[in-house]
Amino acid sequence: MNVPTLKVADPGLQYAGAARIEGPLVVVERVRDVGYDELVEIIDPGGQPRLGRVLDISDAQAVVQVLEGTPGLSNQTVRVRFLGESFRLPVSRQMLGRVFDGLGRPVDGGPPALAAERRDVNGLPINPYARRYPREFIQTGLSAIDGMNALVRGQKLPIFSGNGLPHDRVSAQIVRQARLIEERVEFSMVFAAMGVKHDVAEFFMRNFRESGALARAVMFFSLADAPSVERLLTPRVALTLAEHLAFDCGQHVLVLLTDMTNYCESLREVGTARGEIPGRKGYPGYLYSDLASLYERAGRIEGSQGSITQMAILTMPADDISHPVPDLTGYITEGQIVLDRDLFQRGVYPPIAGLPSLSRLMKDGVGKGYTREDHPSLASQLFAAYAYVKRVRGLADVIGEEELGPLDKQYLTFGTAFETRFLNQGEDENRRIETTLDLGWDMLSLLPRDELHRISDTLLEQHYRQPDGPPDTPPAPRTP
Amino acid sequence: MNAGLQSVDPVVTRISGPTVTATGLAGAQMYEVVQVGELGLIGEVVRLIGDRATIQVYEDTTMLKPGAPVRRTQAPLSVWLGPGLIGNIYDGIQRPLPGIQAHSGAWIRRGEKVEPLDTSRRWTFEPQVQPGDILIAGQPVGQVAETPLVRHRVLVPPGLSGRVRSMVGKGDYRLRDPVAVLETDAGLRELTMLQHWPVRVARPMRERLRVTEPLITGQRIIDTFFPLGKGGAAAIPGGFGTGKTIAQHQLAKWCDADIIVFIGCGERGNEMTEVLREFPELKDPRSGRPLMERTILIANTSNMPVAAREVSIYTGITLAEYYRDMGLDVAVFADSTSRWAEALRELAARLEEMPAEEGFPASLPTRLAQFYERGGVVTTLAGTRGSVSIVGAVSPPGGDFSEPVTQHTRRFIRCFWALDTELANARHYPSIHWLRSYSEYVEDVSAWWQRRAPDWSALRTEALTLLQREERLQQIARLVGPDALPDSQRVILFIAELLKDGFLSQSAYDENDMYCTPERQVALLRIMLVLYRQGQALIQGGVPLARVRELPSVSQVLRAKSALGNQEAGRWAELERRVRDELDALAKEKR
Repeated sequence: MNVPTLKVADPGLQYAGAARIEGPLVVVERVRDVGYDELVEIIDPGGQPRLGRVLDISDAQAVVQVLEGTPGLSNQTVRVRFLGESFRLPVSRQMLGRVFDGLGRPVDGGPPALAAERRDVNGLPINPYARRYPREFIQTGLSAIDGMNALVRGQKLPIFSGNGLPHDRVSAQIVRQARLIEERVEFSMVFAAMGVKHDVAEFFMRNFRESGALARAVMFFSLADAPSVERLLTPRVALTLAEHLAFDCGQHVLVLLTDMTNYCESLREVGTARGEIPGRKGYPGYLYSDLASLYERAGRIEGSQGSITQMAILTMPADDISHPVPDLTGYITEGQIVLDRDLFQRGVYPPIAGLPSLSRLMKDGVGKGYTREDHPSLASQLFAAYAYVKRVRGLADVIGEEELGPLDKQYLTFGTAFETRFLNQGEDENRRIETTLDLGWDMLSLLPRDELHRISDTLLEQHYRQPDGPPDTPPAPRTP
Repeated sequence: MNAGLQSVDPVVTRISGPTVTATGLAGAQMYEVVQVGELGLIGEVVRLIGDRATIQVYEDTTMLKPGAPVRRTQAPLSVWLGPGLIGNIYDGIQRPLPGIQAHSGAWIRRGEKVEPLDTSRRWTFEPQVQPGDILIAGQPVGQVAETPLVRHRVLVPPGLSGRVRSMVGKGDYRLRDPVAVLETDAGLRELTMLQHWPVRVARPMRERLRVTEPLITGQRIIDTFFPLGKGGAAAIPGGFGTGKTIAQHQLAKWCDADIIVFIGCGERGNEMTEVLREFPELKDPRSGRPLMERTILIANTSNMPVAAREVSIYTGITLAEYYRDMGLDVAVFADSTSRWAEALRELAARLEEMPAEEGFPASLPTRLAQFYERGGVVTTLAGTRGSVSIVGAVSPPGGDFSEPVTQHTRRFIRCFWALDTELANARHYPSIHWLRSYSEYVEDVSAWWQRRAPDWSALRTEALTLLQREERLQQIARLVGPDALPDSQRVILFIAELLKDGFLSQSAYDENDMYCTPERQVALLRIMLVLYRQGQALIQGGVPLARVRELPSVSQVLRAKSALGNQEAGRWAELERRVRDELDALAKEKR
């Protein structure tokens, strides 16, 4: 096959002037030898280059998305240079302990990282046949997660939150405490902030520094005042480095992406500027595929010791879990940790909602050989009992608590204890998994043994404790 | 090079994501496969205007440039059919993922070209016809033991018929080695074990038959309450976290089809890994062989190119039809058809088609119908019976069943297993809601059940009525509290709880519970309804509900699903006897 001669273009070739500038897009006409998704330098009137990439290319025109915004650009004087390759990130282990902007340029005053290799930030899809199934239990030290929604290595488990809820504190605590129970291996951290405010970035920086996590962390900041299109690349930049650390350097990497809602809003902004047909709530129809191209970059692969575990934080607009962003995220990720405003207002920390939270991979990482034999049925029974508590509370709202039967009242006691003693814990309280499980049994022991259908007799025999309550409430005698 | 020729060489003129426009394609056909650019990215022609064609490319188009060459293949997208499909895992355009891994490691690079079947492997072929025999299309010329579970018949391809001129003897042959020569009207034709079929065209058959047999899945709520017929179509809609995938895995593991085609369409990579890890270890309850020996996987996960996701459904169903034509019962699982519909939407938007509901193309219902109508029980061209059953998962945004994909799907399926978020939150699995689900196959398969359990139909109706009454009573109980209801009504709440915990919910991980034989399903249900009928009679005679609740056998009934095994018919009967005895004792005491 003949290689077209145009291939060897002058990389310095500049186009002067653009046909149109619209939102974040610059349309350049009569370009030659430009590829789809090619990286572009747009030189502003001050002579400063801004980065962009090609979204649509035909023999007539190139549509360029300017990652650093179009303010100050003039379609008469703008100069555009096509760089001959797609967006690449230099990757190296030396980047640990460093801070970068949303496009991977150092902002900590240090020199650019020396890198042996530059990687396309879009990555490549992992061959499903080459994946290794996530298994090892990660102890986060939070009972609500370890006991009920366990995280395993290589999982993608997002935190669904709302404005004003303490998702930052919860995720910082997870970062500080996350350990594999056997090996006590520490994670490397890749942190990407999209459209968050300076003080939030500051909170994480301080937190990482104080806990000593900064030395094994890489941070990418695309803050709220950075151009919104830049955010579209930030998670890709972060995940590209994470892939290098995990699969080339064999590290266990925990990737924290915050806040995915801002990312999706940037995507909508660009989609609208391109005049695309919008889907639900104006988000582009490819939002699912686009999110999947990020979330699916978690996991483990054959032939590498490393792993990528992903926690994406997103704020649900108006706490609506059916909003497209949490909805589509939930369809891709392996479960979700949902923060609950009601619990938060009652002073429960971490306010992790009991029922809508879910870890799909929990079944594969807990139980005999991983945590403890009783873990799966204990969790299942706690869920069932807490679901019943919700129903009893609904009933109590209508008929009054006094009118409830004795069993239902016992459930209410259980519910309160579950929230204030099991879910609730200190921000620096790091519970071992055994502590969490024993606490779970304390909770279940508040209920009559006959109510615990989901636990086998053998396990009940081992763990169920007769309530040693006051003498006036002896356990009800059973008819033989 | 000749200047005139150069002007008609097809070249790319525009790239916008997976949609590429090219000129110089006069004479190309719709859905013809083309190779784009120097890497030879695989694409399909989806629109023709003059000599310009719009091409849907199945791979990432980064750094593809206008002016890049386009090569025609003159053929529509086709799959390879032959021994070696079973146990394999393919991407949406039938590239084998193990082959891709062997070729380029853990990542799928662009322009990968690996043959779907191993043409160097030798299969033991046993001829079944002799020279001189007259064969029509669809008749087998011989067979291959593809796996210990699958006898793969090598069929005369559709459209061919004639007298057998020569046959090879029993022996080991490669896929492309001729095994028979047929004298047809159009001359001599060599037959090999390898055939091709375009994925967007349904394979022909003689006629459609009525569904009469249930597809037994071992899942109580499905087999007993909402059965799917062999050759039928069902949908499992549910919001995220309601257990769609686990339900599909359960069905794929335990259903009594001969061949399973599992299409992971735009879903998670780890889920496919889970299937790959689990299926070789799990044993088929009937044959005791690993389930992988009857399974084909198509994996086009959510991060793989969207155009290949669109076609993966057709690839899967074509493979299913091929095995159907051998006279086998095939079950196709598509997880999820919503992701497929979204791929349609995404591609339609790139073609700037006018959108209909929620941005989906107006052709969505037609496309769904085309897919589901490729299922069915049929008489094959050769006159044997085969079937393709389809189970499609639907992922409605926000769990709202009124959205277009769920609504249109309902028109083309006859069995609807509605997953419920509230049940899933209480970890009641499978979270199929017993009042919102339905099956139109109940009538069709009742004769089959009648032969095994004469009271199946009656038990089923009684249990469903009870659950319906419970729902209404719960509404009242929510207002006044359950303790305010009379015992004659509270017994309904009590038995409904028993049904939910002891019958409707079923663990996918408990050894005894994950698969429940039809006989044990009926036995369990019968025991619970004995408790209901006789318990209610006692209560009407003045016995307090608490006495019935406290019978020692009640907790045994609750745990029977995991405590009693599928083969322990004696122990089910014993439990029923014990329940009856205890109720009788209570009645005597009363008297």
